[in-house]
Amino acid sequence: MATVDVDLPHVKDEDPHHHGPAKGIGRWLFTTNHKDIGSMYLIFSLCMFMIGGIMALIIRAELFQPGLQLVEPNFFNQMTTMHGLIMVFGAVMPAFVGLANWMIPMQIGAPDMALPRMNNWSFWILPFAFLILLSSLFMPGGAPNFGWTFYAPLSTTYAPESVTFFIFGVHIMGASSIMGAINIIATILNMRAPGMTLMKMPLFVWTWLITAFLLIAVMPVLAGVVTMMLMDIHFGTSFFNAAGGGDPVLFQHVFWFFGHPEVYIMILPAFGIISEIIPTFARKRLFGYSSMVYAVASIALLSFVVWAHHMFTVGMPLVGEVFFMFATMLIAVPTGVKVFNWIATMFRGSMTFETPMLFALAFVVLFTIGGFSGLMLAIAPADFQYHDTYFVVAHFHYVLVPGAIFSIMAATYYWLPKWTGHQLNETMGKFHFWLSFVGVNITFFPMHFVGLAGMPRRIPDYALQFADFNSMASVGAFIFGFSQLVFIYNIIRNVRVGEKATAQVWEGANGLEWTLPSPAPYHTFSTPPKVG
Amino acid sequence: MSKALTLALFLIAGPAWADWQLNMNEGVTALSREIFDLHMLIFWICVSIGVVVFGVMFYSIFKHRKSKGAVAEHWHENTTVEVIWTVVPFVILISMAVPATATLIEMYDTSEADVDIQITGYQWKWRYQYLDEDIDFFSNLSTPRDEIANAAAKNPNYLLEVDNPLVIPAKKKVRFLITANDVIHSWWVPNFAVKKDAIPGFINESWVNVEEPGVYRGQCTELCGKEHGFMPIVVEVKSETDYAKWVADQKAMTLVMADEASKEFLIDDLIAKGEDVYNTACAGCHQPNGQGIPGAFPAITGSAIATGAIDAHIDIIVNGRAGTAMQAFKEQLSAVDIAAVVTYQRNALGNSVGDLVQPSAIQK
Repeated sequence: MATVDVDLPHVKDEDPHHHGPAKGIGRWLFTTNHKDIGSMYLIFSLCMFMIGGIMALIIRAELFQPGLQLVEPNFFNQMTTMHGLIMVFGAVMPAFVGLANWMIPMQIGAPDMALPRMNNWSFWILPFAFLILLSSLFMPGGAPNFGWTFYAPLSTTYAPESVTFFIFGVHIMGASSIMGAINIIATILNMRAPGMTLMKMPLFVWTWLITAFLLIAVMPVLAGVVTMMLMDIHFGTSFFNAAGGGDPVLFQHVFWFFGHPEVYIMILPAFGIISEIIPTFARKRLFGYSSMVYAVASIALLSFVVWAHHMFTVGMPLVGEVFFMFATMLIAVPTGVKVFNWIATMFRGSMTFETPMLFALAFVVLFTIGGFSGLMLAIAPADFQYHDTYFVVAHFHYVLVPGAIFSIMAATYYWLPKWTGHQLNETMGKFHFWLSFVGVNITFFPMHFVGLAGMPRRIPDYALQFADFNSMASVGAFIFGFSQLVFIYNIIRNVRVGEKATAQVWEGANGLEWTLPSPAPYHTFSTPPKVG
Repeated sequence: MSKALTLALFLIAGPAWADWQLNMNEGVTALSREIFDLHMLIFWICVSIGVVVFGVMFYSIFKHRKSKGAVAEHWHENTTVEVIWTVVPFVILISMAVPATATLIEMYDTSEADVDIQITGYQWKWRYQYLDEDIDFFSNLSTPRDEIANAAAKNPNYLLEVDNPLVIPAKKKVRFLITANDVIHSWWVPNFAVKKDAIPGFINESWVNVEEPGVYRGQCTELCGKEHGFMPIVVEVKSETDYAKWVADQKAMTLVMADEASKEFLIDDLIAKGEDVYNTACAGCHQPNGQGIPGAFPAITGSAIATGAIDAHIDIIVNGRAGTAMQAFKEQLSAVDIAAVVTYQRNALGNSVGDLVQPSAIQK
């Protein structure tokens, strides 16, 4: 981002238009304030992260040793399914929307989001979507048990009855995401401060702009595929039922046409966050700003033409395999550019290692490891050996946990002083970082080994040769899981106490949000700043 | 007591588990070794990129830190460098794509097979039909339920053993035609590097040519419901003469089975045999004690079908119930097995109807 010269508007609290928040529960139910809504999204996603995490720990506890000890296979399948759905749609996506709500108006010098009432609506339907989804755990036949990818016909003809509630829940989540995305696009395109051209926007704003377009493009596809399921289940159609002339593979094509852009929806905002944090703590401008923007845009475009690499073993024609292999390998080029740019930003900088920077550095290393295994998975012939094994589980957890989730933690620590007005307790932040870092690697690294040795994913019990690494992964999962209590403690403590934060908070921080006082007032940039 | 026993078994079995395998198996076919080489090639490419990239990163983390007095420089763009690190990865990728495509073409060449076998995935077992030999059988998990429930020591092939393995000849090109009866499964034997989804309504093709006789094990790799983790694959590769003998034995056995079906059985014999059939074919859903899983799989104990008219009971086992997980067992079980399991369900698991059915009365 270009260094900005800002005419700081005076924050006039006595101005009649600058009223504070309403009192009581009504403040949260009826709020149209982007900061309140951002906080609600973040708290909601933290709750979902803990619920999904408990499910992960149930899975890991069962897999600690061979044999069935704690849960029966059907419940195990419900846990893997719900863990995936909750983490993807309930934890990672709402966390990024929460960060967007808080930071985008402050980073582009806007007073609020463009469509504040819709903003309230898009948040408040989410808790209901997840209540519906979670309530299916208590229904006869149990919760969805067909995996978060819900392949038909396991999820249609052979599904538990709760699948209908799952479909309804997905529709609501989709509506929420689409509204959130429309709001973000409208805000970024219309409400930038004078002088903030597109190519001067912070990268977090850029990555979210592109992510929002991805959301609008693919959430309707997800809605379409679950509606087709609904028709098959209740209205006698045979979209995915071979016995009625339908095609089970069609499900996978439609699902992954949504699903692949979806995985970039969960990583592009992370790229934006890391591109904000590294320059701050390296005290050096981001290297190759424009190539970063082009790289994100090309990753987003490529995400529409690689979906069938999730389906190399379904029996596609040879040309199909070759096309999707080549297209997938191409993604490594822009992704590599991003990693190189981050490292070039650090090179000959003046680095310090506060908590947000530690999470960002771990992101660069561990996300890149996830990228490497992704490159291996792209090689179609080798994928026949990797597909649906723990190698894939290791791969996507490396890009999602120390990838997306570490970036969310980095962002939380980075902007928390701006939200609460208190400096971070670095000792506790670093304690959380190191526990998480060690836990994540003990959990997910051994999964590469058992996957290569031949352990399929989504099984509640396994052959004896996989026992050692599975025990290790389970120990790591408990370390990682419980270390998140430190995260929660750190957040609550920071809200309550702490040294008064300055406006700039971090010595090297640069951008409009750091020109505002800490904590940021309830209303900011009612008069747009001038970016020169 | 049983907990103490489990713990003791665990401690004894513990050392036998020490198996810290890190890498993929090379496998036992020319193609599997080729795939292994591709895997290692891309792995080492990733490692070398990683060494360079992380090397530079850690160098600057150690050298260019504020505490060492580093002062940030001001450059933030360099077109030459950026073009280089866009083009170089592109070239590396092309060098990787060429051998990968060649291997892929080879994998897709299913022509001129010596033996054709149709593999059908069922919830949760495999069916093998030899298209030229009139051999047709099902392959079920044979690990005792006690071992899964930690009530007995686990044998070395725990969860990777079946009652009837697939038998194929060595040094012959064997073509697999893979499909499914209910949901999607996936047939995978790591040592053959053969993994192909079994999809209802589709027939996928794959092939293998194994050089040495031996026993190779694999598992279903597509989530297919409750017992997905319990439908292993065992392939016995036999020399040409042993294979020919096995084919002859199989054909002789079919005749013996037909003969059995016309015999009269005593109720106790049927119940005893029925218990084995039940544990292999029914217990996965209806549970070993016949209680089922409420909301998902109905109980046998006290059920209207298992205690009602015997013809309706036989019918649901023979023909299944469309649109539910209750599959048709007419192809899977012999007349003797069906008669036995019907008699068992009516006179055990808490039921005591008192009647029986003879194999000769089973109309398939």
